Parts: sequence; structure tokens; C-alpha cells
Amino acid sequence: MYSVLAWRNIWRNKRRSLITILSITFAVLLACAMRSMQLGSYDRMIENSVRFYMGYIQIHKDGYWNDKVIDNSFHYDSVKLNQVTEIKGVQTYVPRLESFALASYKNQTKGSLIMGVDPRRENDLTRVKEKLVEGSYLTSDDEGVLVSKGLAEYLNATVGDTLVLLGQGYHGANAAGLFPIKGIVRFAMPEQNNQMIYMSLAKAQWFYAADQLITSAALLIDDADEAPRIVREIKKSFSSEDFEVMDWKELVPDLIQSIELDSISGKIMLMILYVVIGFGMFGTYLMMTAERQYEFGVMLAVGMKRLRLQTIILLEITMMTAVGVLVGITISLPLLTYFHFNPIYFSQDAAKAIENFGVEAVYAFSLDPTIFTNQAYAIFIMAIILAGYPVWSIYKMNPVESMRA
Amino acid sequence: MSTIIKATNVSKVYHRTTVPVHALNNLTLSIEEGEFTAIVGPSGCGKTTLLNILGGLDHPTSGKVEVAGTDITEMKDSDLIDFRLKNIGFVFQAYNLIPVLTALENVEFIMLLQKENKKVRHQRAMELLTQMDIADKAKNKPSQLSGGQQQRVAVARALASKPRFILADEPTANLDSSSTSNLLDLMARMNKDQKATFIFSTHDQRVMDKARRIVTLEDGTIVSDTTR
Repeated sequence: MYSVLAWRNIWRNKRRSLITILSITFAVLLACAMRSMQLGSYDRMIENSVRFYMGYIQIHKDGYWNDKVIDNSFHYDSVKLNQVTEIKGVQTYVPRLESFALASYKNQTKGSLIMGVDPRRENDLTRVKEKLVEGSYLTSDDEGVLVSKGLAEYLNATVGDTLVLLGQGYHGANAAGLFPIKGIVRFAMPEQNNQMIYMSLAKAQWFYAADQLITSAALLIDDADEAPRIVREIKKSFSSEDFEVMDWKELVPDLIQSIELDSISGKIMLMILYVVIGFGMFGTYLMMTAERQYEFGVMLAVGMKRLRLQTIILLEITMMTAVGVLVGITISLPLLTYFHFNPIYFSQDAAKAIENFGVEAVYAFSLDPTIFTNQAYAIFIMAIILAGYPVWSIYKMNPVESMRA
Repeated sequence: MSTIIKATNVSKVYHRTTVPVHALNNLTLSIEEGEFTAIVGPSGCGKTTLLNILGGLDHPTSGKVEVAGTDITEMKDSDLIDFRLKNIGFVFQAYNLIPVLTALENVEFIMLLQKENKKVRHQRAMELLTQMDIADKAKNKPSQLSGGQQQRVAVARALASKPRFILADEPTANLDSSSTSNLLDLMARMNKDQKATFIFSTHDQRVMDKARRIVTLEDGTIVSDTTR
């Protein structure tokens, strides 16, 4: 009967209860949407940087990460790297020879990042073939190159045109060559889209006079969370040699830091939202305590224990909060599921403005279950804290004074 | 008949303003089991204060109140709540039924607090509503009942816990004459048939006419105590 009493009490003042429930619903909906969009964007940034570019783990010659020059490359030992793939959770390795060069076409020149790759292995990791917007993909002994869309647009070059690449090769050798454009690839991250040139590993080794050398081996693994364990195991087998093995968090510390910073600002926004909603909830609790002083006094007078009365009030508050939270999650779940599979892309002008900040112009949404559970916890904890007022009032209540009120 | 309430030298002083208000002055009163007593007097004479103290809702400034031999003046608040639940029935001027519960549930509610099982609760609540001639309104909520009907439910509720006595603070103050007469007849019948002890505070002449004992208060002191 206590539950029945609590439930019916909620609906004594339908309008007020509905407003409170709707405000909780709105808070949950807004909080879920905000957090989903934030985490979705982070996932996307990490995916673009890590999954589709760096790889979750990289092996380099020791010192390469601090001084990314071609002289810090190492001998491509496929036998040794194949051993790495025997570690549980490692799918494959992707050898790369990376360096910089000036890319010229007609009277346009731009600094670019040259990536010599094994086309098949590279596609396994970064799915670069799917990013092809024009032309065709590389083969292992290809003479041509893939140019990122932003760079191609800057150079006014297209498929079939020939680029002049000029740089510095291994141990100071001159690096110069003519490379026909075989395809154009479009990357989500502006940083990649505006400077990448892919060529076959063999061609890159020839261009940089770095025969049998690579600068990194990126690993494709089953689960990103397993990266630290895999790094530890690789370090064991590579311990006697001059290598550095880094997981993705070490590879993109700036990204992780900016995500953490942005996440804090997001949480502060959520807290502000909760405080605003909290005032609304507190108003309801204040009113439902004030207007029922007499009734509470009578209940205490006829022999109802304070604890029992407090329990009924807590039940009312919990029920009201639960309804608000459930409705909020019920609305937000299908909504966010839709946007998870159909992210919002910005229109051209807005997209360019956003890409200038170095981020992909898209609102992506995450469906991480913690988004929903955390909002539910937050609202419940807030409700319980705010319920302290009516609970305290009942604890201090004098039935005679209350009935006189 | 045995003494159910014994108030000895009870005084109550309120200090709500700079001037202390002496609501009760060294008052001594005994109530016997089965009595139908009206406490009367002008407004502010201390009727409600006396009822609150007899019912364990308030503590006297000095003096002692014993209910069935138990001194309730020194009891802790939590023990008093339990004591009230087991020993005292209350009827208030404004009925004070729980608005979201039906008449039946309101009567059952007190027995729920006493942890009676559902079957017993339902059976006794229906019996009491029948005795109060309001069984047909058992499923109605208080807002669907007239003042007189609500007060009859309140009396049924007060009797539901099988209390040693019932304190009724101005129970007819909000009722018309027909409802008042009806309610008083029902209470008199409960007093006679079930030996229920009733103590009223009132200045309603119709209640005084029904009462067998009239205790008159003035300025917190008993000025007359007559039994008919």
C-alpha cells in the first residue's frame, strides 16, 4: 500500500508532477544527446587518426618518434614482423616508409607527406581503397601515386597528371622523381586530406634511396583495449634490439589531451544543465513538503513512524525520477540510434569553416551504453540529494506545530 | 471501571513570544474506561493543548500523564509514536483523511501501520464502515464524500487500531446539524456497544448534550467537572 500511496501522491497535483517529470525527461534527453555527440565525435577523431591512419600500435627504430627523419628508419625484416602477428590479438602488420617532400605541378608547389606502403596490407588497416574518389588503387610495383583530394585541389592536378616530387633521401641523398597520379583519395581529417601522397613501398624506397628500409610498422589488432598488453609482449620479444613500440595513446597524445580537455568542458555543461533542472526538481520537493505539512503532522500523530513517512516521500521522488529518466532514455535511444547510423554532415561552407580547425565536419553520435546509464545515475543521485530536504523536514517535524500550520 | 488516563498537576507554558503563555495551570484529571467526556470552554482556554498532552502529541512543562499506568511524559518521541499507534485514536476537526486513498484504504491504513495482515485489515475496515453507516462509500475517495461522511470515516479510522481511547478535537466544528447529530449518535453507539472511551474538545452545545461527563476549562484550569 505504501507504493500505491506514493504513486497516487505523485498524481495529486498532476500538472506539477508532469512538469517535473518532463523537466527530468528533457534533461536526460539533452544530456544523452550532448554526451552522445561528444563521445561520437571523439570516437570519430580517434578512428580517423588511429584506426584509419596510424594504427593502434607502431614499431619504429628507437628515437624515430622524437626525430621523424628517414635516417631513423630500420631494416624491413618480414620474418621478424611475422613473429609479431603470432601474438594473440594481432591481425597483421603494415610496413611504411614515411617522409616529407615538395610536390609540384605546373607552377604550384606544396609540402607533402609521402607514405610508401604495401598496398594490400595498408588497405587491410586503413581501408584507403574505400577513400578513392577518382582513378584506381595502387599495386605493389606501381609507378604511380595516390594524392589526397585537398592536395590535388591545391595543385590543380588530377588523375593522369604527373607530379614532381623533390626531397631528401636516406643519409642525405637527393630524392627527386616524376610520379603520375593514379588516383585521388579523400580523407575525413583535414590534416591528412591536405598533404598525403601514397606510393608503393618499393617506389618510396627507390625515391628515398632507402633500400629495404621502413620507418614504421603499424599493427592491426582485434581490440583497441588490448593494445597495452600487446605492446608489453612485443617489447619482450624486441627487448634486445633497438626498437620503440608505442600504443595509440602514446602516438596521439595531443589528440587524447584535447579530447580529455573537451570532455571536461562537456561535463561542466552537463553539470550546469543538471543544476538548472535540479532547481526545478527542488521547487517541486519544496512545494510538496510545504503543502503537506498538515497531512504529515496528522500521519505522525496517528502513529506513522517518521522513517516510514520518509520512505514514502523517497518512494514518490524515486518513482517520479524513474518515470522521467525512463521516458528520457526511451525517446533518446531511437533518436540517437538513428543519428549514429546517419551522422549529420555539414554543408559545404560550414564544412570548410570547421575543417579549418582541423576536425572533420560531421556530427557523429555514439551509442556507448554509459551515456544512458551515467545520465540516469546523475539524475538519481541529484534526486536523492535533493530529497534530503523533505526527509530532513519530516525528521524535524513536530506534529502539533504542523497541524497548527 | 478502571482509570485509563491520569493527568497530575499538568502545566504547559508556551514561550512563543516574549510573554510566556500559561495554557494549562496545574491541572489534574482522571478519565475512566468507557467514558464519553466533553472538554469544554471558550477559545484559548487550553482544550486542544490538554488533548495534545493526553494524546502524547505534546509534552507538559511540568506534571505527569499516565495512560493505562504508563507515564508518557518521559517517553522518547519514537516510543510515543508507537504508543499512540497502539493506544490512542484521533479524530480531527478537518477530518484529515489521506486524500489519495479510498474510505476503505484510509481505515485500513492504521492497521497497516500496525502490521495487520491484509485479510484482517479488510474485514475490520468493512465492519467499521458498516457500523458507521458508510459501507456503500468504501471505494470513494475523500473528495467524493460530504463532510459528515468524511468525519464518519475518520471515526472508523480512529477505532480501527482498537485504541484504549479516542481523542476528538472539535469533531463537529465543520459539520451541519444533521451530520453532527448523525455522527454523535454513531459515536454514542460505539461508546455503548464497544465500550469505546471518547474524549472530545468542543464548544458545540449538541456535543455537550450528548456527553455524560463535562469538564469545563477556563484559563488552563478545570472550573467544573460534572457527570450525568
